[in-house]
Amino acid sequence: MLMEAQSQQQATKTHQYDAADVVLDCQAKQIFYSDFLAVRDSHVPIVKNKITGFIGPSGCGKSTVLKSINRMNDLIRGFRFEGNVHFHGMDIYDKKVDPVSVRRNIGMVFQQPNPFSMSIYENVAFGLRLNRYKGDMDEKVEKALRGAALWDEVKNKLKNNGLSLSGGQQQRLCIARAIATEPQVLLMDEPCSALDPIATRQIEELMVQLKERFTVAIVTHNMQQAQRVADQTAFFAVDISRGGRTGYLVEMAPTAELFSNPQEELTKEYLHGEFS
Amino acid sequence: MAMKQLSGAEESHSLSRPPSSVDILFDKSFRALTCTFTWATILLLAFIVYKIGRQAIPAVSTYGLGFLTSTTWDVNAHEFGILPEIWGTLYSSFLALFLGGFFGITIAIFLTQDFLPHKLEMILKNIIELLAAIPSVVYGLWGIYVLIPLIRPVADLLHDNLGWIPFFSTSLSGPGMFPAVLVLSIMILPTVAAISQDAFRAIPHKTKEAAFGMGTTRWEAILRVMLPTASGGIFGALVLGFGRALGETMALAMLVGNANEISLSLFAPANTLAALLALNFPEAGELEASVLMYAACVLLLITLLVNIAGAAIISRTGSGGKK
Ligand SMILES: Nc1ncnc2c1ncn2[C@@H]1O[C@H](COP(=O)(O)OP(=O)(O)OP(=O)(O)O)[C@@H](O)[C@H]1O
Ligand SMILES: [Mg+2]
Repeated sequence: MLMEAQSQQQATKTHQYDAADVVLDCQAKQIFYSDFLAVRDSHVPIVKNKITGFIGPSGCGKSTVLKSINRMNDLIRGFRFEGNVHFHGMDIYDKKVDPVSVRRNIGMVFQQPNPFSMSIYENVAFGLRLNRYKGDMDEKVEKALRGAALWDEVKNKLKNNGLSLSGGQQQRLCIARAIATEPQVLLMDEPCSALDPIATRQIEELMVQLKERFTVAIVTHNMQQAQRVADQTAFFAVDISRGGRTGYLVEMAPTAELFSNPQEELTKEYLHGEFS
Repeated sequence: MAMKQLSGAEESHSLSRPPSSVDILFDKSFRALTCTFTWATILLLAFIVYKIGRQAIPAVSTYGLGFLTSTTWDVNAHEFGILPEIWGTLYSSFLALFLGGFFGITIAIFLTQDFLPHKLEMILKNIIELLAAIPSVVYGLWGIYVLIPLIRPVADLLHDNLGWIPFFSTSLSGPGMFPAVLVLSIMILPTVAAISQDAFRAIPHKTKEAAFGMGTTRWEAILRVMLPTASGGIFGALVLGFGRALGETMALAMLVGNANEISLSLFAPANTLAALLALNFPEAGELEASVLMYAACVLLLITLLVNIAGAAIISRTGSGGKK
């Protein structure tokens, strides 16, 4: 599985993606929380059937950009996004676009596990019921739980409350909940930060499987993980030159290229710090 | 019994020290104090129940369980029964719970789910809580002088046109079940609304994020996620509201009509246990006093059962991930 990922990385290195491959084109000019400029000038194209990794120091706006992609930040009072995100030929920040339908097509796994206070089964079935899925619910729930590497641990207690699971299990439950409806794009914000190495590997394998049919964007602080799974990697940093703490995209390239031959000095320093 | 302390702080450079003997003394006396108060409260409750129970004994031995099922109340003939009052208590409380609960929960949703700017939410929340500060006798007066004249045309209309429905089968002659229930709902509304709001506010932001992240509309998020998540607290709010309705006395004594009848009709006068007690105590003879104590025991038992049932259901549905 991992070999496969690597060989695909090699492939992307040779041919640059063209516009038709970009399923989601995020052009963030400025992102504000009230009058705080959190992110500026970041153009992140997300390529179909590929995994795009977001890396960078804490507080540089990775979560902010990721959440802007499916309009999750609309929930936050004072949030403002300037720019556009093209998805299927339309701008999801267009006035006419319903954020609800955006979120149904672009699923999300959050940095903090956030299962609902309902049974494990109902957590996973939630999105299916929401989308009025009429088929075999049990089958879909099992498939999603297997995909999230959680099935064996919970198959005998599907009726228990999702909050009764351990932190790592809760995170995998959230992954199962997100993939159950098979969204076209899956955004994952540090999905493995609460997981042990084995579960982490399982989730990584899941991502590699998922990208065959879907598109994945993942935020991670784990450079090895970025190298293992991401086809493209975007490096963000914080700009403190103008008095604020504004995050921006430093560079984005096929993962192998970014790690072996970073173009920007900042990237070099960051990666160097990470690996020395 | 001196506790063994880890010593060694002297030698090391650590800033941590074991608690001093004064700290420990303070700790112990504080614990003893809280323990005493807790037991004192429990003893007081036991004492009240014991006293009421003892004074009820003559009535219990005279009338037995038939007291609960008899419908006559005749002081001169020494015949007593409280079935109409039990009925009136439960009927009025359930109806009030239904009305007050519905509006209380709706208000809680409206004031917690970002329908209004935060400041306005707080202002409205405080105004609604002011309803709880109105003395119940004022509610009673308001019911008599304002509410009853106000609802009479409606009641007449309903009775004239829909009189075949049992709820409207009598005409409103003044005080009766309907005005009593309306006032009772208003009285329990602040309780239900306040506690339900707390339950909604206690839901972490990430849960809301999760709901919207799955692509719910605002109403789907409220109905499918927020309401179930808050259900434990909301249920607690309803139990408290119901308890308040069962024991409410003054406003009901003024509004319910004090008629020894059992009727489904909302417009018929009725009576409740609390109103019965309040109205009959002043002129009660020795036997009647004992009878009233018996009735008080029944009321106490009902509220106790409601609270126990509520606690049991809450612990079984379990709010959050306790189970
Ligand atoms: N809800 C919010 N309101 C105000 N400011 C916020 C909010 N969320 C994030 N920020 C600010 O925006 C900046 C970027 O935050 P963000 O969460 O996107 O960082 P991150 O790159 O995901 O960091 P980490 O790796 O620690 O998760 C930070 O300075 C943070 O303080
Ligand atoms: Mg983050």
